[in-house]
Amino acid sequence: MKGLIFDIKRYAVHDGPGIRTTVFLKGCPLSCWWCHNPEGISPEPEEVVTVHRMEGREFPVRESVGTWMDVEKVMTEIDKERTFMEESDGGVTFSGGEPLWQAGFLEELLLQCKRRGYHTAVDTTGHISRKALDRVMPLTDLFLYDVKMMDPVRHQHYTGVSNRLILDNLRYLAREGKQLFIRIPVIPTINDDAENITATLHLLNELDGAVREVDLLPYHALAAHKYEKFGREYRMEGVPEPDEGEMEQLREQFEREGFRVKIGG
Amino acid sequence: MMMTKRIERLREESLQAVNRISAERAVLVTQFYRNPRVQSLSVPVQRALAFEHFLLHKSLWLGEGELIVGERGPAPKATPTYPEISLHSLKDLEVLDTRSKVSFKVDDEVRRLYREEIIPFWRGRTNRDRIMAAMEPAWLAAYRAGVFTEFQEQRAPGHTVLGDKIYRMGLLDLQREIRRRIKALDMVNDPDAYDKREELRAMYIAARAMMRFAARYAGLLQEKAKEERDPQRRAELQQMEAVCRWVPARAPRTFHEALQYYWFVHLGVVSELNPWDSFNPGRLDQHLLPFYRRGLEEGTLTEEQARELLQAFWVKFNNHPSPPKIGVTAQESNTYTDFALINLGGVTPEGDDAVNELTYLLLDVIEEMRILQPSSMIQVSRKNPDRFILRALDIIKTGFGQPSVFNTDAIVAELVRQGKDIVDARRGGASGCVEAGAFGTEAYILTGYFNLNKVLEITLYNGRDPRMGKKIGLATGDPRTFRTFDELMQAYRTQLNHFLEIKLRGNNIIERINARHLPAPFLSLFIDDCIANGRDYNAGGARYNTSYVQGVGLGSITDNLTALRYHVFDKKKITMAEMLEALEHNFEGYEELRHELVYMTPKFGNDDDYADRHAREVFEIFFAAVDGKPTARGGTFRINLLPTTSHVYFGSVIGAMPDGRKAGEPLSEGISPVQGADRKGPTAVIKSVAKIDHLRTGGTLLNQKFSPDFFKDPEAKKKLTALIRSYFRMDGHHIQFNVVSADTLRDAQKHPEKYQDLIVRVAGYSDYFNDLGTDLQNEIIRRTEHESM
Repeated sequence: MKGLIFDIKRYAVHDGPGIRTTVFLKGCPLSCWWCHNPEGISPEPEEVVTVHRMEGREFPVRESVGTWMDVEKVMTEIDKERTFMEESDGGVTFSGGEPLWQAGFLEELLLQCKRRGYHTAVDTTGHISRKALDRVMPLTDLFLYDVKMMDPVRHQHYTGVSNRLILDNLRYLAREGKQLFIRIPVIPTINDDAENITATLHLLNELDGAVREVDLLPYHALAAHKYEKFGREYRMEGVPEPDEGEMEQLREQFEREGFRVKIGG
Repeated sequence: MMMTKRIERLREESLQAVNRISAERAVLVTQFYRNPRVQSLSVPVQRALAFEHFLLHKSLWLGEGELIVGERGPAPKATPTYPEISLHSLKDLEVLDTRSKVSFKVDDEVRRLYREEIIPFWRGRTNRDRIMAAMEPAWLAAYRAGVFTEFQEQRAPGHTVLGDKIYRMGLLDLQREIRRRIKALDMVNDPDAYDKREELRAMYIAARAMMRFAARYAGLLQEKAKEERDPQRRAELQQMEAVCRWVPARAPRTFHEALQYYWFVHLGVVSELNPWDSFNPGRLDQHLLPFYRRGLEEGTLTEEQARELLQAFWVKFNNHPSPPKIGVTAQESNTYTDFALINLGGVTPEGDDAVNELTYLLLDVIEEMRILQPSSMIQVSRKNPDRFILRALDIIKTGFGQPSVFNTDAIVAELVRQGKDIVDARRGGASGCVEAGAFGTEAYILTGYFNLNKVLEITLYNGRDPRMGKKIGLATGDPRTFRTFDELMQAYRTQLNHFLEIKLRGNNIIERINARHLPAPFLSLFIDDCIANGRDYNAGGARYNTSYVQGVGLGSITDNLTALRYHVFDKKKITMAEMLEALEHNFEGYEELRHELVYMTPKFGNDDDYADRHAREVFEIFFAAVDGKPTARGGTFRINLLPTTSHVYFGSVIGAMPDGRKAGEPLSEGISPVQGADRKGPTAVIKSVAKIDHLRTGGTLLNQKFSPDFFKDPEAKKKLTALIRSYFRMDGHHIQFNVVSADTLRDAQKHPEKYQDLIVRVAGYSDYFNDLGTDLQNEIIRRTEHESM
């Protein structure tokens, strides 16, 4: 079985506990304005031009982003990191895009990981069918689950989809007793208003202690150049990055409610 | 900072002191050898008496507020020369005085003494002259071409570390043993009895010399105490006097005595000769622990007193720059650092976790002192606690490159593979940059760096060195006629074996010369079993004798071979003729090709077997050519992989290479990938470099750059700890971290005045950024940039 992968990152230290290998699956049902992996959105390989620089000269190179890889090939790459995963109580994280968009492929990868005793995490938008979720749930030790904003209309506006399915799936995972890291992008003027934060906290408090950690991810504009490269419209012009003070304030707010908080994941 | 006013001042004085040449030692040694009666003595006795003459007549330095006494020169950083080993010409003195990096001020009086006394006496009679006269033309040609360097050309053999002997025995005890050994000599049946007697006599004299030197200090301290008005300092001076009256003659009883005794021994070793890596107390947290605990128990020592004494001890190392080097030797090791490397942690002789309370106190001292010398490292065994590593990471993250991190379990395995007893191995560690040794029982001598890449260049030119325009290698065939990559490898292997043979032949001659002409009776007192064998350290007297050839540029040679295989033989994108043409033109007009070579070619450091298999292959050829061969002093040749600064020098003698490197640029250092070639992060680098068998070396050096981010919180540090543990589980020997931003370094280049204290990790050691050549500075900036991307 083959799946479309756009990157495998080693020594990933922000995608769950320990030293991890993060496999990025290509294709996503959302198109968030602030997405820092726009290369993960399209479910097809994309041809782009990368510019190499040497001694002031530019060398444009055509590159294909997204490779169809079979499970075995991906596992070969993951296995290379075994010692680091073992020594650090780390593991493998599947991210994207939306990894569950390739649920069959993901299920097979997770199964292979579990056979080898690796800790598994799935970084998901949550905008996926219950059926897909049910396939991978038993093989996943930890979900990194994005909660972007609580208002369904605004969610639709900024991500292209409503958050109803997302929130339903989140409650479902909590009920099923899965471990969750909630990941919240903090984007000034878009989702950092008091109302949204209060509503988010309210939701998290309902999840019966399934939330092991809240990762507050400060929005950054570092990915802006990628939009041009992938021929996508960049709609974040003028949106500021949150300052440290704001991040600390939010951290306190979540910690007061008893959550373990990390800034930057 | 936990530092008393006194230490703050001593530290500052040490930082501010100007490195300068002192002619004192050269004058005294010349005076001694002028005496015609010297000729009637055996060489070891000559050397011992010269040593005594120096210690009896050299000026004594006592700094204000000092607690540990003794300087090699007349004042801190006043650096002696060793004309009997290598004589500086007036032009050399000029270079030393005026060069922009690692300079030594030379005043008119020194020039005069050199012109009138020292040069006329020693010209043509130095050990360097002896060595150069004995080398065959092939050796000289390869040396000049930059195929290898020769460590013993300007400095005496060294690279040794003290064990626990001085903490158990005073010099009087050693003299007693020597007398016993002399008495037991069988002058009838033992053909070597005369040599042994002379060596033992020399050791006896050397011990006496040091006790007389200590007595001179005791006298000085007594005098100063009398003059001192401040009662507190007076009491201190009196106590210091008492210390010098007890050690080094007798085994130390207190923490203070132990440190002062070591320091006398250190001074003796670095005054007797100018051995590489000065000298080294090694496992300080083990040796000092009994004195520390006893002092605390008996109430004669407080933690604060111990801390202050250690800090005073640290300043002493910093006062002693490496003796002035010139020419190729300066290029291969261009630094003031003299490579005393304090070892912390590891295992006890019984094999238990050796980390103790003093280990942590010493880590505090390293953090607080933040000076160039001594260097420091932690030995990490699987038995040591994570807390130990985490504490060291706190210091590493401050960005001055210390301590570096070593794998005790690998070091022990390396030493045991070489045939050492496991208990002797556990008493060992690493010294210099990364060199494994059995402390107190081994003479392990580095003989020179070996330019793995120059040999490929010579292979590509069918035995010719394109820079010198001369044939210096074998005719292994025109590479344009090679049909397979294996043919190329075969030619490279033949050339490599050829030049390694030249190097080993040269080493064996030099070892004999040094055994005969450069005995080190003082050093021999402390390294077992020199006394028992009646043989000098430099003549094979130690229990274990090892000579290393240090391979340089593993990353570069791997990438060069990979590029040739990939583009010429596998993909057949270009012909060998085209490649050679591009190299000859230094890629001018071949930019497209160079771009492909740099960006679109498998590279070492990415856990890609296509490239990494060549690292293994070169390692195996290098290993087979050197390891296990006998040396002229009864030891064994071994390999290790480290560069100091020779990767810059070796790069400067090589033209453009197939990995896209342009003519004259530095090579990769240690076993690290080529700067910028590793694109998959630290775990991929570690996987790549672990593919060579570290356990069959005597040390490898891996440099990893990290942005401060990787150290920012306890969880990040835990991950680094796991990274270290993982590397060590793969038998990695050593890893060091450079934690600085490229912007900081660029600013330092622009405004050196603002960054006088900026210490960076170079390769196996740390150095002041300002003291590095511009090339090396640029290289470190590039490395740093790459890491933060």
